[in-house]
Amino acid sequence: MVAPDRSSSTNRAASADVTLEVVNDRTAITGLGERFVREAGEAGYTEASCFAVRLALEEAVINAFRHGHKGLDTSEPVRVRYAIGSSTIEISIEDKGPGFNPADVPDPTAPENITKTSGRGLLLIRSYMSEVRHNKRGNRIEMRYDKPDSSG
Amino acid sequence: MASESRLRMSESDGVTTVEFIDRNILDEANIQAIGEEIATVIERSSPPKLIISFSNVDHLSSAALGQLITINNKVRDKAGQLRLANIDPQIYEVFAITKLNKIFEIHDTTEDAVGSIG
Repeated sequence: MVAPDRSSSTNRAASADVTLEVVNDRTAITGLGERFVREAGEAGYTEASCFAVRLALEEAVINAFRHGHKGLDTSEPVRVRYAIGSSTIEISIEDKGPGFNPADVPDPTAPENITKTSGRGLLLIRSYMSEVRHNKRGNRIEMRYDKPDSSG
Repeated sequence: MASESRLRMSESDGVTTVEFIDRNILDEANIQAIGEEIATVIERSSPPKLIISFSNVDHLSSAALGQLITINNKVRDKAGQLRLANIDPQIYEVFAITKLNKIFEIHDTTEDAVGSIG
């Protein structure tokens, strides 16, 4: 289901720094989201922050399987790394596909796309996360979430 | 699993109210099963009058939004009415970001939604 953790020591400030491989299985993806929420909550992130980052994390994993791994063996896992720090959460998700160009993804809120039944994952990721980057090949998404000020 | 209902349904005065049993509408198999179950309600009503309540839902995915659009299209094809209700603020924000709050008619409560159906 999920490979054992290989915790890294590169981010000493992180409450959790986890690298794992996730397979395309509902229990694995749901389990990843639930585990992330538990750990982010323990690190002091609010329910709203946990909701936002979990959604981005799951959307990125689902996109990796649906688009990145299209045509690949369904048993191929994607690699997920997340580091939960005191004020920032960093996540990267890498698939084994050929990559994509984010500029080619149509705006799902445009009138001609608004009633399409897919294509909203990247918009949600960009809306909820503070920064989103893609590697040149387009098979890895890296995103950062900054904890909002307590006043916000 | 395939035959297990993911929904709780009730009907009153020709209006069907649907509630999700799952707190998390995430994975595609689950979402597809929900879509098929609701499609049978739409097919047997003429015109369909449907309220989907999110009262138990605390998490969802963009795939769930896609399924709601499919349901909306089916209801429109039969000149029916669809309302969404009991959406908590975090879930509502997902509708707002994707601008689907402009596509769906969303009410605070099931009662409000019932009252809005003609």
